[in-house]
Amino acid sequence: MQPEKFFYDNRIVKQFGIATIIWGIVGMLVGVVIAFQLAYPALSFGIPYTTFGRLRPLHTNAVIFAFVGNAVFAGSYYIFQRVLKTRMFNDTLSKIHLWGWQLIIVVGAVSLLLGYTTGKEYAELEWPIDIMITIVWVVFGINMFGTILKRRERHLYVAIWFFIGTWVAVAMLHIVNSFELPVSLFKSYSLYAGVQDALVQWWYGHNAVAFFLTTPFLGLMYYFVPKAAERPVYSYRWSIIHFWALIFIYIWAGPHHLLYTALPEWAQALGTVFSIMLILPSWGGMLNGLFTIRGAWDKVKEDPVLKMFVVALTAYGMATFEGPMLSLKSVNAVSHYTDWTIAHVHVGALGFNGFMIFGMLYWLVPRMWNTTLFSRKLANQHFIIGTIGILVYAVPLYWAGFTQSLMWKKFTESGQLQYQFIETITSIVPMYILRAIGGTLYLGGALMAVYNLAKTMTKGSFVANEAAEAMPLKLQAMPAVKMHWHSVIERKPVRMLIFSLVAVAIGGAIELVPTFMIESNVPSIAAVKPYTPLELQGRDIYVREGCYTCHSQMIRPFRDEEARYGEYSKAGEFVYDHPFQWGSKRTGPDLHREGGKYPDSWHFRHMRDPQEMSPGSLMPTYNWLIENDIQVKSTPAKIRAMQTLGVPYPKGFDKIANDDLYRQADSIVASLQKDKIKVSRDKEIIAIIAYLQRLGTDIKKQQTTSDEVH
Amino acid sequence: MKFTNYLKQIHNVSIYPLISLILFTAIFTIVAIYVFSADKKKMDDQAGIPLQ
Repeated sequence: MQPEKFFYDNRIVKQFGIATIIWGIVGMLVGVVIAFQLAYPALSFGIPYTTFGRLRPLHTNAVIFAFVGNAVFAGSYYIFQRVLKTRMFNDTLSKIHLWGWQLIIVVGAVSLLLGYTTGKEYAELEWPIDIMITIVWVVFGINMFGTILKRRERHLYVAIWFFIGTWVAVAMLHIVNSFELPVSLFKSYSLYAGVQDALVQWWYGHNAVAFFLTTPFLGLMYYFVPKAAERPVYSYRWSIIHFWALIFIYIWAGPHHLLYTALPEWAQALGTVFSIMLILPSWGGMLNGLFTIRGAWDKVKEDPVLKMFVVALTAYGMATFEGPMLSLKSVNAVSHYTDWTIAHVHVGALGFNGFMIFGMLYWLVPRMWNTTLFSRKLANQHFIIGTIGILVYAVPLYWAGFTQSLMWKKFTESGQLQYQFIETITSIVPMYILRAIGGTLYLGGALMAVYNLAKTMTKGSFVANEAAEAMPLKLQAMPAVKMHWHSVIERKPVRMLIFSLVAVAIGGAIELVPTFMIESNVPSIAAVKPYTPLELQGRDIYVREGCYTCHSQMIRPFRDEEARYGEYSKAGEFVYDHPFQWGSKRTGPDLHREGGKYPDSWHFRHMRDPQEMSPGSLMPTYNWLIENDIQVKSTPAKIRAMQTLGVPYPKGFDKIANDDLYRQADSIVASLQKDKIKVSRDKEIIAIIAYLQRLGTDIKKQQTTSDEVH
Repeated sequence: MKFTNYLKQIHNVSIYPLISLILFTAIFTIVAIYVFSADKKKMDDQAGIPLQ
């Protein structure tokens, strides 16, 4: 029997790898820019396309889906071929996957800058792009399973399971979270409203971290760490438990993003319990990776690849210990809405994801170009500057988070809030500057990697098709030892896929179903009415400008929050919010009870020049709202879409909606005129003022002592 | 009007967290039993796949 000869496709790995590097630099650069914007709001340059509210979603989407996404594809295409001993299933599918994904990134980036957004964190891309993502993801799936089916290695190595789990879970999350009703080519409303939307969104958001940023990286870890250490994984037994426990537990933990909100108590408790349980598989996985390097510590001193992996796994361990701690309600009460969360995610993103990627590239490039790394010294310097960058980034932000939270909660002896919101922000600006410097250092390290890898590529010669040989599967003898049931699953990839799907789907369903079942049972608060057409237009501007990236609309039931913002938020107040805009960070104050706090003229002046009304404010100007016209043509379609979603506008209201809109606009124009501000009634500023003045006022209109409200 | 009140209207809502706990415990136990009864040589062979 002759072994079959075949070739590994290195070109696709190279292309995804180069895409990772390019988008990584872009994503980190945008990150550095917005970090400086937080300290110096003038850096938003007074134009819509470069304000924080639009650049922040660009940053998160670029680093998650472009930098990390392309790295996962590069690594997995390399790994599939090697551990399955075959070329990828179909070169054309590989190419469609590659270029389709890059097209999504470019269209996504441009649309975010133009203000086309669904307003749901980490899922901001609008519906046509959501469809493109689905198609490309299916192409990736076909290519992956095709490769698995034509493999020459009977057993599916653990890394492959993590990629299968990733594919299944991301497909499910993306589809469920993207249900939206298109209003126009680039505008849609989430099918879910308020509490339901929040629950689905954070079930998605949390599991995007789990299944896009974590499980595929564990797949990379289980291949590249043994390769770099030149020894097998410490315990293959652990890896099996690691996989099943991780995918099974992760999917339940989403509600920990919504502690103390209007989310049902049982769902919050479920989220907390499963989050604590997550420590075990996460640390099992981390230790499995670190113990793999045992006996090779002498190499760690020399080899930048292993150094990066050690720090990456340590960062993974820290982030996955901190995450469950943040899920404890008492800790979350302090951390939520502050920079603590931002510090936490960047330990994971810069430390775990970033360093896994750079370590992988330093290992892959010399091998695919059949040479050695251009400069090991430079790579070691990258490692040092990157590690310092992470520390300079994270430590000040932790400090900022604690400081701000403590200041928020501080009362004077006479029972008054001690600090104005603005004081809690101005006191942490120095921390923001340090954080931006930390990010710049990390970016500097990444640029060193670009130079080093480019030099390595020019020094070597690329091996596009790498020769290999293996016996075909049908000629391989079945192993003599008795089969365990898990071995059977491991040899049947389709069954593996289905079991993984069942594991994640059960978690998803049990978490989501009761919330949907109660939807019809929510006794609506009688005073909560649909938005007027002008308020609806204003709300869409609020979403477009990404106001939710700095302002929450969810007052938690704490003494300080009630004293500062007003009565805590009730579930029944959000029933017409498609999408919900609870937010997750307070760089500015909560806005849920903003309505009626200030006169219309205050909002006008504040939008034009925030520092004039609130000295020291970090908010950029939104003076284009004074220039731009409200797109009244879209009003009827928006009303009809809302009716389809169950918002009780009267029949035929779409036809008279703009009359209503102008009536309300006129009254705002008149109120502004009293304060000597002249503006025409069709400007966007009028709509946003209408929306802000409406926020949280519904329940003020009714007797707040009513049982229905409390 | 707390959200927990609405849940009283769902028949036996407490079954949901119970199902999750039982399922997880079952899966975890089965995997653990498998893993610790698996053949050592086979495990070593599989762990060695990337290094072949």
